[in-house]
Amino acid sequence: MAEYRALTPKRLLLIASLLAVGVAAPLVLPAYQLQLTELLLFIVFALAWDLVGGQMGYNSFGNVLFVGLGMYGAAIVQVGLFYDVGLYNAARGGGTQFVFDVPQFITGLALGIPAAALISAFAAWLLGSLVLTMRGHYFAICTLGLGIAAGQIAAGIPWIGAGSGMLTPNPPEALGDVALLLYYLALGLAITCALTFAWLLSTRFGLALNAIRDDEDKAEAMGLKTHAAKVTAWVIAAGFLGAAGALYGNVVRFIDPVQTAFAGATIGVWMILMALLGGKGTLAGPIVGAIVFQIMKELFWTYLLGWQRVALGLLIIAVAVFFPAGIVGFIRERGSAKAKEQNQ
Amino acid sequence: MTSNLLILYEAPALGLQLAIDGILIGAVFALAAYGMALVWGVTNIINVAQGEFVMLGGLISILGAEHGLPLWLTVPLAAAALYALGWLLFYTVIVHLLGRDMFNSVLATFGIAIVMQQVMAHVFGAADRIAASSLGSWFFLDNFVVISKMKVVVFAACIGLGLTLAWFLSRSRKGQAIRAVAQKPEAASILGIETRKVYCLTYSLNAAICGAAGALAATAYTIQPYGGLSYTVRSFMIVVVAGLGNLGGVIWAALGLGVAENFAGFILGTQYQIAFVFGLLVAVLVFRNWRLRRQRKHLE
Repeated sequence: MAEYRALTPKRLLLIASLLAVGVAAPLVLPAYQLQLTELLLFIVFALAWDLVGGQMGYNSFGNVLFVGLGMYGAAIVQVGLFYDVGLYNAARGGGTQFVFDVPQFITGLALGIPAAALISAFAAWLLGSLVLTMRGHYFAICTLGLGIAAGQIAAGIPWIGAGSGMLTPNPPEALGDVALLLYYLALGLAITCALTFAWLLSTRFGLALNAIRDDEDKAEAMGLKTHAAKVTAWVIAAGFLGAAGALYGNVVRFIDPVQTAFAGATIGVWMILMALLGGKGTLAGPIVGAIVFQIMKELFWTYLLGWQRVALGLLIIAVAVFFPAGIVGFIRERGSAKAKEQNQ
Repeated sequence: MTSNLLILYEAPALGLQLAIDGILIGAVFALAAYGMALVWGVTNIINVAQGEFVMLGGLISILGAEHGLPLWLTVPLAAAALYALGWLLFYTVIVHLLGRDMFNSVLATFGIAIVMQQVMAHVFGAADRIAASSLGSWFFLDNFVVISKMKVVVFAACIGLGLTLAWFLSRSRKGQAIRAVAQKPEAASILGIETRKVYCLTYSLNAAICGAAGALAATAYTIQPYGGLSYTVRSFMIVVVAGLGNLGGVIWAALGLGVAENFAGFILGTQYQIAFVFGLLVAVLVFRNWRLRRQRKHLE
């Protein structure tokens, strides 16, 4: 557990400078504000995936389920507080009758994001006892099925816009720069997520997750309540995914059931790729991975338009086959090898 | 939904139609599932790109047919092309995954699937496609039940191919080598079987089977570059229901899935048919796991 040491001055300085960069970034680089917001949400996705996948060893391919539930949940709360959701979606959110003034929009956001987290966490709790008792291939494919089934079902419900999707509320003009507000909300969420996970992993609970990853049967035989620990971790991860999904929906403004909300082939795989690229099972890994991934993704989308999925697919294969330890894992291995050499 | 049930009740012939169509498509599922079971059993890799292999086989066959090849010739063409692709993928990607953590193999083959999807969309176009066939249909029960002759041909060809494969595995020298490696790779290797070559053969053979299945399916069913994942999931579900290494079970499970899917598509509406497939996957896994839990075991 050496990696979750107490806050040394050096670490505090690092955290403070990271915070300063986070606060200043959209003001210094206004042209990349959208990408930066996306990056912060990706960090939450990757961290949340890694808590269950990397730390606990349950590699879910369907975490996008919780992102989508959060996205829809928040949008429904945001609209439903003031208007009829069915009518709103039938009118495609347009017209003059579905206008949100500043207090309405802020209330919607303030209630929608926690509601999204609760909805996703609740879904994870419901599914947990059914799904988390499977292992290996079965857990992976079962969660993959869950994510895609949810998208297909959402695409068939007219109340939430069916296949043509749902628009999040139009921000009122009087509110000013909503994108900046969303950026700072995303920053707050990412920091909360990172700190929560850092704290969790420094407790006995973190040890329990690692024990489950290393040998679940043995952990259970030692008297660890493995099932409760697994479900708890999944619920926590799902809560953060739901909140991030709620923000993501408001950032892209349009929720397509299959392409944005339950997008198994994009966000669903990306979050795994980010965690793996940075280093599975470490706290810094998913954050580093998300940053590197977001840069690569933007480059692919700019210079390889039309072939960006091919490029990302090749990246997935390359990382899975040749670079499974990830960036942080690679640096640590090098570091420990060097330390050994010096000792000899 | 209830109105659709009422229609089924009042016109039982329609139910017969759905069942027959389901059985006919089920043979294609069986072939893809058989290939997946083969790779899974021998190399312990779940090939998530299974559905993409099927789609590519279909697209190659459609391309061949458009260039004037007779339909029956496009099937071996697709199988040969996919065999080559399988061989290539084995030596570039799969060989590094042998004996590794299953997570890496699922992720890497998922990556292969994503690459194949967009490449296929670029080469063949992203639209739904079907090979033109002109065999017509049989009509029964006052035209209530219509059976496309092409679908029957596809069904027969799939079953024939499956049986040939079963014969190959049980009787031929190569097939015996595959089964030996599946049982105990170390022992097979001591007895002089080159296990890596056997793994390669298995993976390429699976690709060829999928290619043939896709080429056959393309003559009667729509093929779409991004439509592969549902075939992968169907194959996985069929193997889980049947159990590894149970050919008879694979056939029954596949035909059953075809029928169930057709009925669900009719009763719930076709927009929910894919949702039904994926939902059924979850249900099957949860049920199997629940049964195992009573013996303090779990799906692993």
